[in-house]
Amino acid sequence: MSEVFEIAVIGSGPGGMSAAARAAELKVSHILLEASPQLSNTIFRYQKGKHVMAEPEALPLRAPVPFEAGTREAILDAWDQGMTRLGVNIRYGAEVSAIKKRDDGVFEISIGRSEKVLAKNVVLGIGLQGNIRKMGVPGEDAPFVQYQLDDPDEYEAETIIVVGAGDAAIENAVALAKQNQVIIVNRRDEFARAKEGNLRAISKAIEDGVIECYYGSAPERVDKLSVGRKPGRLILNTPKGRAQVLCDRIIARLGANPPRSFVEACGVVFPNADPASVPAISEKYESNVPGLYIVGALGGYPLIKQAMNQGYEVVEYILGNIVEPADEPLLRAKFETMPGFRSVSSALELVQKSVPLLATITPLQLREFMIDSAIRTPKAGEPIFKRNDYTNSFYCIVSGHVEIVVDEASDKRIRLEAGEFFGEMSLISGRRRSATVHAGQGCVLIETPRRSMQKLINSVDGVKKLVDRTFIERAIRGRFGDEATPAQIREVVASASLQKFKAGEVLFREGDEGDALHLVRVGSLTISRNLGGREVVLSYVPAGNYVGEMAIIGGGKRSATAKAAIATETIRVDRDAFRKLLEQNPLLRARLAQEVKQRTAENITMQAAASGGDIISFLVGQGVGEATDVLLIDESLCVRCDNCEKACAETHGGTSRLDREAGPTFADVHVPTSCRHCEHPHCMKDCPPDAIRRAPNGEVYIADNCIGCGNCERNCPYGVIHMAAKPKQKPGLLQWLLFGAGPGPGESPYDPDSNQKKAVKCDMCKDVKGGPACVRACPTGAAIRISPEQLPEYAYARNP
Amino acid sequence: MHESILDYGRYRYLWVALILSIGSLVAYLWHDPIGVPNGGTWLGYTLGTIGALLILWLLWFGVRKRRYSGASGSARGWLSAHVYLGSTLILIAFLHSGFQVGWNIHTLALALMLLVIFSGFFGVYAYLRYPSLMTRNRANTTRDAMLEEIRELDQQALALADKIDRNIHDVVLRSIQQTRLGGGILAQLRARDDSAQALASLRKAVSTAGASAKADAGSQTMVMMVDFLANQASDAQSDNLRRLIDMVSRKSALATRVARDIQLQALMEVWLYLHVPLSLGLLGALTAHVLSVFFYW
Repeated sequence: MSEVFEIAVIGSGPGGMSAAARAAELKVSHILLEASPQLSNTIFRYQKGKHVMAEPEALPLRAPVPFEAGTREAILDAWDQGMTRLGVNIRYGAEVSAIKKRDDGVFEISIGRSEKVLAKNVVLGIGLQGNIRKMGVPGEDAPFVQYQLDDPDEYEAETIIVVGAGDAAIENAVALAKQNQVIIVNRRDEFARAKEGNLRAISKAIEDGVIECYYGSAPERVDKLSVGRKPGRLILNTPKGRAQVLCDRIIARLGANPPRSFVEACGVVFPNADPASVPAISEKYESNVPGLYIVGALGGYPLIKQAMNQGYEVVEYILGNIVEPADEPLLRAKFETMPGFRSVSSALELVQKSVPLLATITPLQLREFMIDSAIRTPKAGEPIFKRNDYTNSFYCIVSGHVEIVVDEASDKRIRLEAGEFFGEMSLISGRRRSATVHAGQGCVLIETPRRSMQKLINSVDGVKKLVDRTFIERAIRGRFGDEATPAQIREVVASASLQKFKAGEVLFREGDEGDALHLVRVGSLTISRNLGGREVVLSYVPAGNYVGEMAIIGGGKRSATAKAAIATETIRVDRDAFRKLLEQNPLLRARLAQEVKQRTAENITMQAAASGGDIISFLVGQGVGEATDVLLIDESLCVRCDNCEKACAETHGGTSRLDREAGPTFADVHVPTSCRHCEHPHCMKDCPPDAIRRAPNGEVYIADNCIGCGNCERNCPYGVIHMAAKPKQKPGLLQWLLFGAGPGPGESPYDPDSNQKKAVKCDMCKDVKGGPACVRACPTGAAIRISPEQLPEYAYARNP
Repeated sequence: MHESILDYGRYRYLWVALILSIGSLVAYLWHDPIGVPNGGTWLGYTLGTIGALLILWLLWFGVRKRRYSGASGSARGWLSAHVYLGSTLILIAFLHSGFQVGWNIHTLALALMLLVIFSGFFGVYAYLRYPSLMTRNRANTTRDAMLEEIRELDQQALALADKIDRNIHDVVLRSIQQTRLGGGILAQLRARDDSAQALASLRKAVSTAGASAKADAGSQTMVMMVDFLANQASDAQSDNLRRLIDMVSRKSALATRVARDIQLQALMEVWLYLHVPLSLGLLGALTAHVLSVFFYW
């Protein structure tokens, strides 16, 4: 049998590379396995000349190879040199297909179909990109077959077959068709998975005869040809029988297998089915499989520097050395403000002991959680946040207590003691704070930003359950607790469950039996009725409100249809449990009956103004349903002067964050391409340095630690984020007005020197006095900003 | 919700303007100067000063509109005030002069001021009238998208025409070369796009092609032409021709819409080319007026 390595590192990204380099430095027997033909494939595939940033700045780098902010080329060069200098034993093109732990504790790593490598310890640093799917037919690895395409302009006058029907395949096919003859092969009869814009582009190209398409066809075999003008051919299985296509090149874009199934096959356990969940790893990066370590993005650490530090540390841990984690000084700086601070480890222990929510998480998760969080020691009586603030951080009480103002008028407060948590309402619903919270005596809090808390909720089942249960209880108590006793509330809570709806899914239909009440927890609903065969939208229900009580109180059928405007989650309260609560509480019943009466009156008003409902449907269709603030332009007032865009550009370093002209119009209401400040911003979903934040007034903005990766630009469904470089300073307005000096308002010449692009988006002018510049600069009053709560009023006002 | 420049702040500046006008009028009627009312009385000076300050303030709008930082009110508030107070200026100026006019620098200032104000009135009309027309004309697309579609239709039509007949190809090519959108200010305002001509010449080309083949092809409508050709030539040919005519018609409709779009935009902007230079002229004349008055005092 061949050599048993001490450490096998899989994946040569920042984490894996740093681990292998450290092992080489310490002269430990090791092997680095990399599937692609070069180091650090993900970074290698960045566009040429891209500026790579080194966040978080405060974190010191601890790795045998250098890394500092710079161009992609400089960084890759430095790494390549480092690897050569240290004599790292690296094998390129080694795609690992399985990892098995033998009974003697040695890992058997299979490469490709037959080869095996043995190692005592495995460091998994494969990132999140996953393995690229191949065609799975004979000849799939022929030299003219490729599975990626960096620059379509590289190819010219070739016959190229593109296999696949997703966005990547379509984008490649359309781009290649400019200078090549392109044939696209689609397994299905239509391009169903593609984005709207791509679908249009490919349909048009096929219709125009620019691209030839084989529908319902699957590749059967790839043949390499030695005679003739073309180097290869693809045999296809088409509905009309077998076809052969001669070609210069085959580009198959079939997506990637997410690494999760591979990791699970290695025996690593994930806490739940949520795709965002990460495997639990110990403080020493060890997974539940002893000897199998996980570093980098796969373990939930997406930043280059973090991953490199982990690579270094993991090797030390494997060798049994004790190293102070690189983040130790950061944590010490955090905890120093805590009264009675002695050491980081004792402080961590104290946190875990006093907050039951954090009792079950691993030490590494706790460290990570604390690094992202802040320790707050507010003075007694100081407000922690105010009602209607838009902040969405989460608080745990380590010691002392806080007071929540449940009724502003009478200043009725309830007390939360040490060990409890608060702030989960806004975290989950993405809406304003529902109450003001004041600090009590000797209060020590941990404030955790949204992303870190969500990461924890997604990774640890126990945390998720506890937060959800508390949410349900507090939500129900908040709505009905004034009249009902705690025991009665508990009974209702016990019958409640969480229910998820996709956008457009119906909660209940007009005429259905009323079987439950729904309290909207995330998302929003539209309420509509069928009037003369036409669906008329009557109102819009944002998170925090309930629907379906009418039928329960009235004891009959649903009077209207409730439909999820966006992906929505509700707390479903069973009819019988709720009826019982009403029977026990005549006062509550009377209050709800009053509300029902008012709602019915509102509905009748809207019914009379049916075209207002059409405006609501239109706006909800434009994503206003998940917005917290949206720019609308009345096109009967807009004189197309573009002063809004100029104002935006002038107040934001030369780049306008809104496109007035783009976007649809209905009944003179125009929704320009501009940020909606979503309740659950799509852009926040995958921001490696957590640079996208929400300000107290609701503005979603990008902080200066943006690394320019472009994830937010891709994730935003409304296309309102751009990558832009900072422009040069301009001369003053009067200089331009009187002497024509420099570019005028809204003009910003392209600066070819700068490739340090960062993401820019609307921040609702949060740092500018007087509110959003677009609205303030509109000379005709066409531009306004509204929040979805104002939708019905707005729609009604526009009813002719 | 949305407020136009007229109803901004519940007609706040209409009221301000009305109060200013009525106040000036009452003062003028109440005032009993020695001799005829003119700019030389105390009321004349007062009204003159108010008017001159108003003019300076109205001119400042051009700067304010481009100042995006700071919080000196909203631009629509400023514009609303600009419109109402600017209108008041007519009355104030006449009361200031005691309705005297003559061939002098003073009346030049007055005339320039009136021209500025009336060009502004057209602006108000344009701002209230044309935006809706523009939206309707655009039919939920953008000008760039329409131009892009025209470009594509042109290419497709050319490719198709090439398949049909050399003669038809020439006609289509000529029509593409002749299509002109936009241009100078007059061309923009006239909104002629010449694409209808292309359709007409295409029809003519089709009918002459038909006429040479068969004598009674004098029929006028296109459909009959196509039918006629369908009998003459192969199915594919007549199908191509039908598609070509569809394309050219569609392009013609689009070109008309783009031309109209340009026209409406031009209408909303053209008055500014009078309003702004004249107001600068007014500033000059006003300075001369004030200086000369003090010089001869």
